[in-house]
Amino acid sequence: MSSNSDALMDYDEAVSLFDPVIGLETHVELGTNSKMFCACPTEFGADANTQVCPVCLGLPGSLPVVNATAVESTIRMGLALNCDIASWCRFARKNYFYPDMPKDYQVSQYDEPLCTDGFLDVTVATDNGPQVFRIEIERVHMEEDTGKLTHTGGETGRIHGADYSLVDYNRAGIPLIEIVTKPIPGTGALAPMVARAYVSELRNLMRSLGVSDVRMEEGSLRCDVNVSLAKPGEEWGTRSETKNVNSLRSVERAVHSEVERQAALLSSGGRVVQETRHFHEDTGRSTSGRSKEQAEDYRYFPEPDLVPVAPSLEWIEELRASLPEAPAAKRARLQEVWGVTDVEMQTLVNADALDLIEETVAAGVDQSAARKWWMGEFARTAKERGVELGGLGIQSADIVRVEQLIAEGALTDKIARQVFEGVLAGEGNVDTVIALRGLAVVSDDASLLAAIDEALAAQPDVAEKIASGKVQAAGAIVGAVMKATKGQADAAKVRTLLLARMGVVE
Amino acid sequence: MSDLTRQSAATLASAMAQGDVSSAEVTQAHLNRIAEVDERVHAFLFVDADAAMASARAVDDKRARGEVLSPLAGVPLALKDVLTMKGIPTTCGSKILEGWRPPYDSAVVERLRANDIIILGKTNMDEFAMGSSTEHSAYGPTRNPWDLERIPGGSGGGSSAALAAFEAPLAIGTDTGGSIRQPAAVTGTVGVKPTYGGVSRFGLVALASSLDQAGPCARTVMDTALLHAAIAGHDPRDSTSINAAVPDVVSAAMNGDVRGMRIGLIKELSGEGYQAGVEQRFREAVAILEGLGAQIVEVTCPHFEYALGAYYLILPSEASSNLARFDGMRYGLRAGDDGTHSVEEVMSITREAGFGPEVKRRIMLGTYALSSGYYDAYYGQAQKVRTLITRDFNAAFEQVDVLISPTAPTTAFKIGEKVDDPIAMYLNDIATIPVNLAGNAAMSLPIGLAPEDNLPVGLQIMTPPMTDERLYRVGSALEEALIDRWGHPLIEEAPEL
Repeated sequence: MSSNSDALMDYDEAVSLFDPVIGLETHVELGTNSKMFCACPTEFGADANTQVCPVCLGLPGSLPVVNATAVESTIRMGLALNCDIASWCRFARKNYFYPDMPKDYQVSQYDEPLCTDGFLDVTVATDNGPQVFRIEIERVHMEEDTGKLTHTGGETGRIHGADYSLVDYNRAGIPLIEIVTKPIPGTGALAPMVARAYVSELRNLMRSLGVSDVRMEEGSLRCDVNVSLAKPGEEWGTRSETKNVNSLRSVERAVHSEVERQAALLSSGGRVVQETRHFHEDTGRSTSGRSKEQAEDYRYFPEPDLVPVAPSLEWIEELRASLPEAPAAKRARLQEVWGVTDVEMQTLVNADALDLIEETVAAGVDQSAARKWWMGEFARTAKERGVELGGLGIQSADIVRVEQLIAEGALTDKIARQVFEGVLAGEGNVDTVIALRGLAVVSDDASLLAAIDEALAAQPDVAEKIASGKVQAAGAIVGAVMKATKGQADAAKVRTLLLARMGVVE
Repeated sequence: MSDLTRQSAATLASAMAQGDVSSAEVTQAHLNRIAEVDERVHAFLFVDADAAMASARAVDDKRARGEVLSPLAGVPLALKDVLTMKGIPTTCGSKILEGWRPPYDSAVVERLRANDIIILGKTNMDEFAMGSSTEHSAYGPTRNPWDLERIPGGSGGGSSAALAAFEAPLAIGTDTGGSIRQPAAVTGTVGVKPTYGGVSRFGLVALASSLDQAGPCARTVMDTALLHAAIAGHDPRDSTSINAAVPDVVSAAMNGDVRGMRIGLIKELSGEGYQAGVEQRFREAVAILEGLGAQIVEVTCPHFEYALGAYYLILPSEASSNLARFDGMRYGLRAGDDGTHSVEEVMSITREAGFGPEVKRRIMLGTYALSSGYYDAYYGQAQKVRTLITRDFNAAFEQVDVLISPTAPTTAFKIGEKVDDPIAMYLNDIATIPVNLAGNAAMSLPIGLAPEDNLPVGLQIMTPPMTDERLYRVGSALEEALIDRWGHPLIEEAPEL
């Protein structure tokens, strides 16, 4: 069997024969206003090559200057990952020729990373309840992003064979942090889920620190997934590195399929080649890229254009003291306060709803109402639209207003849903939608009484039953009133008014 | 005023300030001189006469309006073609940058403009500042005005030749291993490599980032000081720029005095290897300094013998990376883009066509020295030597205020004499390189003609970082004593062109 065969073995069989060891290298764009080494803006989506200057274009004579906010963000991330922070470290040049690199070297960090030796605990839901894995962090370092290449023509979508390629240097020089784990053994069949949970937790952490909003759909988080297999008790095998895996689901699938592939290979007497592999979102599988057996020599050396980064102990301690609550601690706290089960909590976490609900509660909405809205209507809409919950355009203020109107009796639950339907459709805020759609509850007693009288007159037999004390017959009249008011009446109120009119006491 | 091109910058500036002459007249005189002699000297790669005259008239207008102007306002200058100037071709003496017009001014050019100094044009240099003779320019060699068959030094031979040929009273050079000082020495002019970080490198096309330093060149110590003060100072765009007050070099140049100063002779930079006339003039200069009241002390810098070796590992390593960007993708030359070659092939064909042999030699040396498995033995070891050299300097400066040596081992050699012998060429910089490795400041100034060939000899003064004013205090005292002895500045002995 050829060493780069892509045949697969059934996953359950694979993990019964082999223990996977995984490792993750995660690149995340920091949310700084300006680039890593120049003052150019970092905003996503601008016209190509409009956010560039001599520095990020690498023009002859230009020089980099370190973005202090990027350093601060990296230190805060390192502290949140329980890392040691270097008192002195340098940038290094990684030399290789490629047209997306303005200088034909990337300014990165090599043997002197800013943060080292940390850990992150992640929780995976299993049939036996939540299981916690400690992921050891090798290093966190800073580097600059490259430009973005678009290849036109050709079959592979790669530079070779393309008719021409376009380069957008807007991305060149965007600050990245790279977070590298140590090898993670002992996850067994849970390896794909652990990998996913780790990346998810990293994302939570970065968002809670405010160092990046981690827009995965814009490619601001990219993962390289390392996988090797070993027979139980034996030495670790050769690893492959699947590059540019860009969503949580893909991280899980990439580990899953690589375990299946390597298991098939090893079981049939083949060997795993140390290589980079390309992940394909459509199939969930990877194909062989370049072999790393003749490893590329990047000729790293300390970047002579930059003075070393030497954060003072005082500054580091200041940053440590100002770290926000860790996501895991926050989850534990909210779960207790809200009184929800592990499973419910996991659902909230998976939906990315935790922060949103917390914010809504902080704005004055009852927690169960807040959860009901976010996990009901909103989660459903987000799923339909394929967007993140936070990206729907719903503000806590909207929920506050709706709940207030419900409490006042001006809206019913049912009408409130129609209000949010309008808000989600972009028709405006709560009050605008109510006005535009004419959704106010009919609460004017006179008009309700008129409607009740009309209904009683239309159904004299029912009226008689009610009058004779058969209170359960009231439903038919209430229903008729609701129909007449197109649902814009408060049913409970209609019922109260009806019974009062008939002189019936429940 | 008699021949304007023969005057010092200070003299011209004061004549302009007094209204005796306009910047337009001064600038025109120098443009005329360039037109007259540069075909033979080839100091300039590009002259923008219209722009220079427009700037000169603008300065004259400012003066007419009574604006307060800088000390060098209206004085013309020659700029080494390694510093960017918006819209003006910047080639670094290389074919690979042919046609590139930078969209931005270097920090040095910004400061020159802010001081109303008139930039005449860009001067020739060894390709990417790699060389000691200006023979490695892709645009042909520059000739030494003292003898047109000889080299003007390098890499900044264009700037030094422009001064010696009276084409400009001021020039900007850059010094990575001696490229300001050695050309100054062999053309009988003055050049200063400021403390590393003293002048912003922003817009200086890098050869070796940790060694490169732009600096002032002129025919007198005072002119050099005035230009130094104009271009030095902190720049937040250069991370290695020093955030401190510029040493008061102009006052020092006005108050040359070595009485009570301790001046060190470096054992490792004396004795063998120097041309007899160089050695002789150097000894005479030492005697003069002693006569002026300096205390001469011999010091030892045991690691200097490894300086050249360390330098030729660090420089090519950094250069191999700095020059990677010249790949034909974005600017300058692109070769082989005929639809049949891959992107890597186009890069390779472009670099093959665009770089000269010395540049290729150093890129290969540097690529090798940084390679995995060789890094520790070469680049890593060279960095350790660098630290030891810095310690040698520190120890020496505990005993003395400044150090002196001959600037270059020989006077100007013949064009073609060493161009095929890289090691012989590299040895020209044996005395200047240690200063770059340690980041100190140094000056070269003329101390006479070697008796055997009647060519200029330079003396180098070295001083600790950010004590650049000492160079001018010593240089000015020595210059004055020598002019007293000769009865005129040495440059007046240069042959008519």
